Parts: sequence; structure tokens; C-alpha cells
Amino acid sequence: MKNQRIIVAIVLLALAAAPWIGISDYIIGVLTMICFYGVFAMSWDLLFGYAGEVNFGPSFLIGLGAYGAGLADADLGLPLPLCVALGTLAAVLGGLLLAIPALRLRGPYFGLITLVAVLLLQDAIVIFAGTTGGEIGLSVPDILSVNATVNFYYALGLLVIAGTVLLTVANSSFGLILQAAGQDAIEAQALGFNVVKYKIAAFVLSAFFSGLAGAMLVFYLGTASVDAMVDIAVGIQVIIAAVLGGRRTIIGPVLGAAFLIGAGEILRPLGQVSGVVVAAVALGTILIFPNGFLGLLRGRHSA
Amino acid sequence: MTGLLEISGLTKRFGGLVAVNDVSFDVRPGEILGLIGPNGSGKSTVMKLIMGIERPNAGKVRLNGVNLAGRPTYEIARAGIGIVFQHSRPLHRQTVLQNILLGLLPDRLTAMRAGADAIAHATAIAGRVGLGHVLQCLPATLPFADLRRMELAKAIARNPLVVLIDEPFAGLTSGEVKDFSDLIVSFRDEGRAVLLVDHNVKSVAAMVDRVIALYLGEIIAQGHAADVMADETVRRVYLGGGITTHERPVAIFANTQPILAVKDLSVFYGKAQALEKVDLTLHPGEFVSVVGLNGAGKTTLFNAISGFVAYDGAIHWQGRARTGQSAAAIARAGLVHCPETRELFGDMSVAENIALGGQFLPGPERLERQAWLFELFPILKARLQQSARTLSGGEQQMLAIARALMMNPQLLILDEPTLGLAPVILGQLSDALKYLREQTNITILLGEQNVTFALPHADRVYVLEHGRMIWEGTPTRFAGEMAENFLQA
Ligand SMILES: Nc1ncnc2c1ncn2[C@@H]1O[C@H](COP(=O)(O)OP(=O)(O)OP(=O)(O)O)[C@@H](O)[C@H]1O
Ligand SMILES: [Mg+2]
Repeated sequence: MKNQRIIVAIVLLALAAAPWIGISDYIIGVLTMICFYGVFAMSWDLLFGYAGEVNFGPSFLIGLGAYGAGLADADLGLPLPLCVALGTLAAVLGGLLLAIPALRLRGPYFGLITLVAVLLLQDAIVIFAGTTGGEIGLSVPDILSVNATVNFYYALGLLVIAGTVLLTVANSSFGLILQAAGQDAIEAQALGFNVVKYKIAAFVLSAFFSGLAGAMLVFYLGTASVDAMVDIAVGIQVIIAAVLGGRRTIIGPVLGAAFLIGAGEILRPLGQVSGVVVAAVALGTILIFPNGFLGLLRGRHSA
Repeated sequence: MTGLLEISGLTKRFGGLVAVNDVSFDVRPGEILGLIGPNGSGKSTVMKLIMGIERPNAGKVRLNGVNLAGRPTYEIARAGIGIVFQHSRPLHRQTVLQNILLGLLPDRLTAMRAGADAIAHATAIAGRVGLGHVLQCLPATLPFADLRRMELAKAIARNPLVVLIDEPFAGLTSGEVKDFSDLIVSFRDEGRAVLLVDHNVKSVAAMVDRVIALYLGEIIAQGHAADVMADETVRRVYLGGGITTHERPVAIFANTQPILAVKDLSVFYGKAQALEKVDLTLHPGEFVSVVGLNGAGKTTLFNAISGFVAYDGAIHWQGRARTGQSAAAIARAGLVHCPETRELFGDMSVAENIALGGQFLPGPERLERQAWLFELFPILKARLQQSARTLSGGEQQMLAIARALMMNPQLLILDEPTLGLAPVILGQLSDALKYLREQTNITILLGEQNVTFALPHADRVYVLEHGRMIWEGTPTRFAGEMAENFLQA
């Protein structure tokens, strides 16, 4: 645990220093995207790895955050921080909405509901194309910053804050009770825990960071779009990143996100094929090492 | 007010089935009340109703005069009732210490790290139930008895006024039963009220202050243990005539070719060696029992034989070396394993589970076998459309045995088949084994904790200890040479 903390600190310092060692804006951009995806994947891990909820639709929460913020900016012209707050709020409400079926249905059925939620959101965006920009996307007038380095620091700051909060929660008594509720809700209740309370809290927390990151991503990219923030494919990316990095670790999903985004960029010259290659490598890794990167590292360590 | 826990008019219906019907009783502080009855009589359901895991259709559950019926489980737990479930429910990804610690945590979202005193407290509870040496282990690596100890530890973590304990002795050796009895008695001596369910009638009778007998969801007798056990109806529907032992004539197998020959079998789980160079032979038509304490390696041995775990060494099946066959191919070749864990298809009905077992039997034979099994376990016939998950513990065990028998095995491996069965059913099971042996040339490999059940049927007995075969011989010799370690059940 101690070693791990030191490693994390070193990696973070190195990242913070990255813009000053003369790397290109392009690479800084890639690192920025890794930070956003890292937050998405960590938030998902809280629900799946700890609360045991099979959420196939992380992009539902991300999308609510993104479009909530985007619409507040483009249509209402509110100041940027307020837009981000409104987007986050939309995602949290979405998370509460998802918690209702989650508390009533068993795993696979809940999973289906989350998929449907993504499709509904996507449909709604297309149907109300007049206000949402539909398939073309919604351009926002405001932007985080024109400076790549500043944008990167925003994203890194978000990653650090989200990571700290989620890790603290996951390693606290709350995290233990949440895992108990996820593994065996009846047993957890028989031990005196109000399972509903913990699950709702997990949904709220996960939705909060998913939505916050989604909202900030809009002001980084300058647009809210279905392809980048709502599509099922986005959700799948997030899930693969989390599982690949090591579910139930919070940190692992960030590694997974780094690998997915990083490898995707490196292989970009291959064009269409690159996505296939990255996905194949990721799936192969998951098959061979079901505990993901971090599980692999930890296994080595303790063995 | 007489009782700490007062149950009145408790009733629970599952569809048309009345599982618990107008049951009333009290439990006083510092008292152990035994609850006995045949499989499916509603004992576990009564406990779940008290705990709020099932909602009663009618009736009251009063703790210190406050009615808790219909309240959510967590409130009931916090009001002062703890439960040990019939099946262990460990958190698999947490260590033993964390499992116990969980029971000590406050029900607060803002609860941060458990304090040093909570950890000390959890450690003390672990020590009390005999888990002090495995605090950092994961449940999957624990022997069966230790898992049950952990359940006891969790149930008392919140310092409950009332403890509900469902079948604590099932699957334990006589020595372990003694330990558990002492622990439960110590709960009573601390002034807790204990409601105890178990089919180990002798041990229950020895420690309870009173007994209630349930049958078809209703109380049929109550009072002193000796009186209830002597009751006419209780004898008929629950105790049965004791196990009628069908000693078999001495048979000579030595000259026949073995159906199964295991040589130098070793199994490792990671670095831990579970079996060390085990030899075992079975001849066609033979009945062999493997006896050994919990954790000795019986289940691992059976799993290796049926191809569920990887092993070193050689296994010959009907004279030919077996290499690289899948567990499915092994089963189709006639080696059928009825595992300790039952492995039923929980969402499928009783009828579907049985039908799956009979897939490879021709039609007429299948119906005949099915009819015989329903005669053997009539309750299964009454539960045909019920999904396996909701069956009572004993009913599940019967279904697992029935499904295995539908597969028309040449070699049947029965791992702890008596687990959770009422005494009356043990007699029936014994009859069934006798019938199988006489009507077919089935070979049986039995792993049992219950030596009184394992011995009488066997032609030969093996004793497994710490992963090694330490003894082999006839039941008669066993009684002379090994009995002191195993027999005083
Ligand atoms: N959810 C359910 N749906 C339908 N039937 C059920 C359900 N739960 C229990 N039953 C039935 O109610 C009856 C009582 O079950 P219970 O588990 O209380 O029996 P038990 O006395 O504990 O038996 P055992 O000694 O085998 O553990 C059983 O016949 C069982 O099949
Ligand atoms: Mg029961």
C-alpha cells in the first residue's frame, strides 16, 4: 500500500512536470484525454467493482453531464462554472434515476436498463436536434482555455480530486459495506446495514464525477456530441479501460484508460484497423489476466 | 411478559404452500430453544421471518415487547437479533478479519476507517470462535468448519440479545460439534436467547432447555427434549426408525479389474498442497467410504477424480489411462459426481433439474427411475414446479442426489450426501443405496463426516488426513483401529 502511494505520487509529479519538458501540444492533448477517461473509468469502477452494479451505460451519466453543461452554455448563456455545475447536477439526477431499477432488479436485467437509458438519451438528443444540435453536435461558445497546458492542468486536477475522493471512499468503512451490499445484500442487511442507502450514495458519487468530467470535457473539446460523449461505444471504452486496468482498484482503471487512449493514438496511422487492434489487445489481456494490469502487479508483488 | 423474543401467530405462504402456519412461541434470555422438524417443515422460514428477510403474511415478532414484524432486516438486526444462515454467506473478496469487522461497523455513510478498537474487538471475537490463526486468509481457503465459525462470529459481532442459528452442526466432525456446542452454550450463559435448528438430534437434545417440533409449518410438539423426542408423531415424521444398517455380505473384489485406479495423485492450490500422492482403487460393484476430518482433502480428491481440478499422477478408468478428458466427457463415461456444494441450477424448477440429469437415459427407463426417486423423496414430487433456489436446505440435498441418480452412473461419487437431511430421510437414503447395490452393478464412492452413516454400507474404508491416505481397511477393522478418532458423534 505504501509503495503504491509513492508510485502514484511519482507518476503524478511526472505528469504535472510533463508540459515543462518540451513535449508537444499534441501529446499534452492525449494526456488530457487520458485524464478525462481515467475519471470516467474510476467512477464506473465504484459502481461495478464495489457496489456490484452492472452498469453498461456509463455514457448515460457522462452524456447528461456533457449536454446539461452544453445546453446551459449554448442556450442559456450562463457562466462556465455554473454550466459545469448544472451538467453535474443533471448527471446526479440521472444516477438517482438509475438507482431505482438497480435496487429492484437482478444484475443482467439492470444491465439492460442501463443500455436502454443510453439509447433513450441518444434518441432524445436527435429528436430535439433544434436545441441539442442533434447528430452534428452542440458547439459551445465558452472554452476552458486556449492554452493546451492549462487545459491539461484542469483535467489532471480533476483526476487527482476524483481519484482521491473515490479511493478514500473505497478504502473506508463505507467501501467495505458497499462491497458487502454488492456481494450479498441479504447478508449485509442481516448484519445491520441499510443497503439502499449505500447503493444510492454510490450511484450519486459515481454520477457526480462522471457528469463533472463529461461537463468539463465539453468545454475542453468545444462541443458536446453524441459520438464523443453518449454513444454506446464510449461506454464500452470506459468499461474496457476499467476492467483492463483492474476492477475494484480505482487506480487500475486510470492505467487502463492510459493504455486504451495511448495505444489508440500510437496506432492511429493504421487508420480503421487501429481500433480493432487496440480492442483485441485489451480483450486478450482481460482473458489472460482477468484481474487487469493492477491485479497483475499486485499478484507479482505478493507472490 | 415472559419472553425476550415473543412470536405469535406467525404465518407465511409461498403461493399455495403454507410454509409456516400460525406459529407462536417465546424465547427467554439465557435460554436455548431447539427447533426441530423434517426437511421443508418451515424451520429456516421461521428464522427468516423473525429476521425480516421474508415478510410474514400474519403474526407478530416482538423483541422486548416491541413488534418488529414487517420492519426491514437491518432495523431488526440493529434492534438486537443476529442470524447464522443455514448456508454460509462469506464475502469472498474480504479476509476473515474484514468479514468479522464488517459486523462491527456503524451503519453510517460517513464511516471512515474502522478504529483500532474495532479491529481489536474483531480479533477478539475471531479468537473466541477459534479463528485467531486465519485472520488474514480469504474465505475460499478455509476449511468448512472455519467458514461456519466465521458465520458465528459475524452473528455475535453486534452483541445481539437474540441469536438465530440454523444448522450449525451440519457437515462437522464430532470434535467440531463439541466446540460449536460449547460456543453456543456460552452465548446462553452470557444471557442471550438462542433459537437453534439442527438435525443432529443428539447434540441438540444435549444442550437445549426446550424443544419445539414443526411439521408442515405447524407446531406438533413442545416441551423438554426427552418428551418431544419420545412423541409419537415426532418419531414418525422426523426421527424415523434410526438408520437401518444394511451390512452387506463380505465380497471378494481383489481379483476383478478395478473400475477406477488412482495412483500418486497430488493436487496443489497455488503453493498449498491439498493432496499428496494419494492411491485409491475401486472395483465394480464395490462400496467404498472415504472418511476424514474437514479439510483433509476429500472434496479435492473427488474433484480431481471427476476432472474438476488439475492434478499430478495417474487415473485409470476401466483399465485405461485417462488423459486430458473434460469433466463433461468423464461424466458421460459414467462417472457421476454429486458434489458437496450441490451445484443445482437455481433458477430452474425441480422438474427441470431432474430432467437435465436424465438427458442420456432412454425414455421408459427415465420414467421408471423418476418414479422410484419420487417414492424415495416424496417432497420433491410435491415441489416439482418450484425453482431449486427456493427449496429448503434438505430439499436441495435430495434434489442433488436425485439428479445424480438420474444420470445412471456406473460410479457414483457422493460427497457428504447426508448434509442437512433429517434423520428420517437418512434411513430412506440408506434404503436407496441398498436398493441400488442390489439392483444394479453401481460402484459407490462416499465421502462422509457422519461415520455412523458411512460405515455400515461400506465394503472398504479409507482414511484421509492432511491430504494423505493414512489408513485403509474393512469397516470392522475401522471400528477397532480408527474409531476413537471419529466415532463418538
Ligand atoms: N421462496 C420460496 N418460494 C416457494 N417455496 C418456498 C420458498 N422458500 C421456502 N419454500 C418452501 O417452504 C418450505 C419450508 O422451507 P424451510 O426452508 O423453512 O424448511 P426447513 O424446515 O428449514 O427445512 P430443512 O431442514 O431442509 O432446512 C419448503 O418446502 C420450501 O420448499
Ligand atoms: Mg432449513
